[in-house]
Amino acid sequence: MSDGNGAAPALVRLHDITKSYKRGAQIVPVLSGISFDIGAGEFLALMGPSGSGKSTLLNLIAGIDQPDSGELLVDGVNIGALSEVELADWRAGNVGFIFQFYNLMPVLTAFENVELPLLLASLSRAERRDHVEAVLDLVGLQDRAEHYPSELSGGQQQRVAIARALVSDPNLIVADEPTGDLDRESAEDILKLMQTLNRELNKTIIMVTHDARAAAHAHAIMHLEKGELSAREEVTEH
Amino acid sequence: MHLLKLISRNALRHKLRTSLTVLGLVVAVLAFGLLQTVVGAWYAKAEAAKANRLVTRNAISLVFSMPLAYRQKIRAIEGVKQVSLANWVGSIYKEPKNFFAQFAVDDAYFDAYPEYVMSEQQKHDYMHDRKGCIVGRRLAETYGFKVGDSLAMRGAIFPGDWNFVVRAIYDGAEKNTDTAQMFFHWDYLNETVKIRYPRRLDQVGVYIVVVADSDNSARIALDVDKLFKNSAAETLTETEKAFQLGFISMSATIVEGVRLISYLVIFIIMAVMANTIAMTVRERTSEYATLKALGFGPAFVGALIYGESLVIALSGGVLGILLTFPVGAGFASQLGKFFPVFQVSLATVQLQIVCAVVVGVAAAIVPARQAGRIKIVDGLRSIA
Repeated sequence: MSDGNGAAPALVRLHDITKSYKRGAQIVPVLSGISFDIGAGEFLALMGPSGSGKSTLLNLIAGIDQPDSGELLVDGVNIGALSEVELADWRAGNVGFIFQFYNLMPVLTAFENVELPLLLASLSRAERRDHVEAVLDLVGLQDRAEHYPSELSGGQQQRVAIARALVSDPNLIVADEPTGDLDRESAEDILKLMQTLNRELNKTIIMVTHDARAAAHAHAIMHLEKGELSAREEVTEH
Repeated sequence: MHLLKLISRNALRHKLRTSLTVLGLVVAVLAFGLLQTVVGAWYAKAEAAKANRLVTRNAISLVFSMPLAYRQKIRAIEGVKQVSLANWVGSIYKEPKNFFAQFAVDDAYFDAYPEYVMSEQQKHDYMHDRKGCIVGRRLAETYGFKVGDSLAMRGAIFPGDWNFVVRAIYDGAEKNTDTAQMFFHWDYLNETVKIRYPRRLDQVGVYIVVVADSDNSARIALDVDKLFKNSAAETLTETEKAFQLGFISMSATIVEGVRLISYLVIFIIMAVMANTIAMTVRERTSEYATLKALGFGPAFVGALIYGESLVIALSGGVLGILLTFPVGAGFASQLGKFFPVFQVSLATVQLQIVCAVVVGVAAAIVPARQAGRIKIVDGLRSIA
């Protein structure tokens, strides 16, 4: 087991995680015996070919899927043992999601999209507004607050999604191919923004990517192949 | 608040689809309301019947008459307050298509039916004119009858020409009072019959027996029929409501058919609506999965789907109900001669609301359950 980037205590701890899917009568193993730690404040990139299990691993860590066996602790909570309702509550307070295709609600404005996770917290309307304005400012989109997703570019939509991931102030942010749908310039902006979040707000970020250039923005890169961790590579400069 | 915002905006997301679905609901709820009103119109006379009125007719059939002498004998039965009489005439006004009910009645008839309201002066004029007649307001409006007009009729049951003068126009004291009838003096009929068809003299179609206490109706009905047992014209006495329902039972299959069709219309729109909601939910699977990933539970997702379905169903329902009144009024003016009382009742409106709610809820059951059960990882993979 790795200790993340060395000094930081582990925020995510996986021990002997296995996961398989049923395809008709066939059981297809996806992850087998995965064990590693991710330190608090780390920015980790998960790489691997299609079907290697990197998105499955990310989904398990984010609590939107359950392992078949093994132990998965996030900030000391064994999320593998939580019920569906408990897991939903846990995700609302502890995980921010960034998706490849942004997954914004098209009928809500940027402001309302960012506000969504806060509806699950007991905050007043004024408190919600303060939080949303702060994160929209952080991602540089305060002037676009009243725009609908269809009125924003791909890069701007992903910034809204990042703001939504940040607004409830989670320790962990998971990003599945966050630059997969963006041009190079927008992708670079998004990756720099994620670096800023990691560096300045000390957010732990786990990013799945195919793109080596994107992965180079992380502290470390872990490679998955055929459901097994094959290597962990520290990135010296980013 | 946000839930309502999401529901309303989602409902308006595909404006054409939502508009067409709402239009379908408007037509279905309107058709349901009109068909239910037709059923109600069929039963209107029975509903307007009073508990203190019995109707005595020939036991064999309404086609057969009874002697005039029965009136005094019935009047003598304990508990009988008043006896009136009427004959169905069935004459033709100008052309056979101009059908309306005509009755030859005695003067006591209007005491037995206080719901036929007219001015004292007009009533007085009618009583003092042997050829005078009284027409209902709807009938007067349909054919443009005015007080003082002469009416030339051609007899069918009592062949020959019959001439009348409109002396009064009555209104209904109640909403369901039939005002599409014509009444004239039974004496005029009987005197004319005496000359033209002497064998039909002093024959009565029905007796209207007004009882002092409606609790005694059953006993009085039995007494009346017992009185004429084994006579040449045995009688059948029943409550006015039962008498009217007897007419309806002749066309019960049609009425039930109309009622069935009204529910079939709702069932069809329910299937259309369910398909629309299922299609909508399929398109938004990834959005529901995203909401669940963010921490919203299946109940929130379900509320979105049920809410949208109900918004669409109730929009169509309310518009359909609002349209039922003017369209119903149009029907009433066109079909007045077939349905003298054609009014959209409160019960029909309540049924329309219930139907709209049932359509909204039923259409969302399966899609909401599926959306609630979908795994987040599967939902996120789906592309609209």
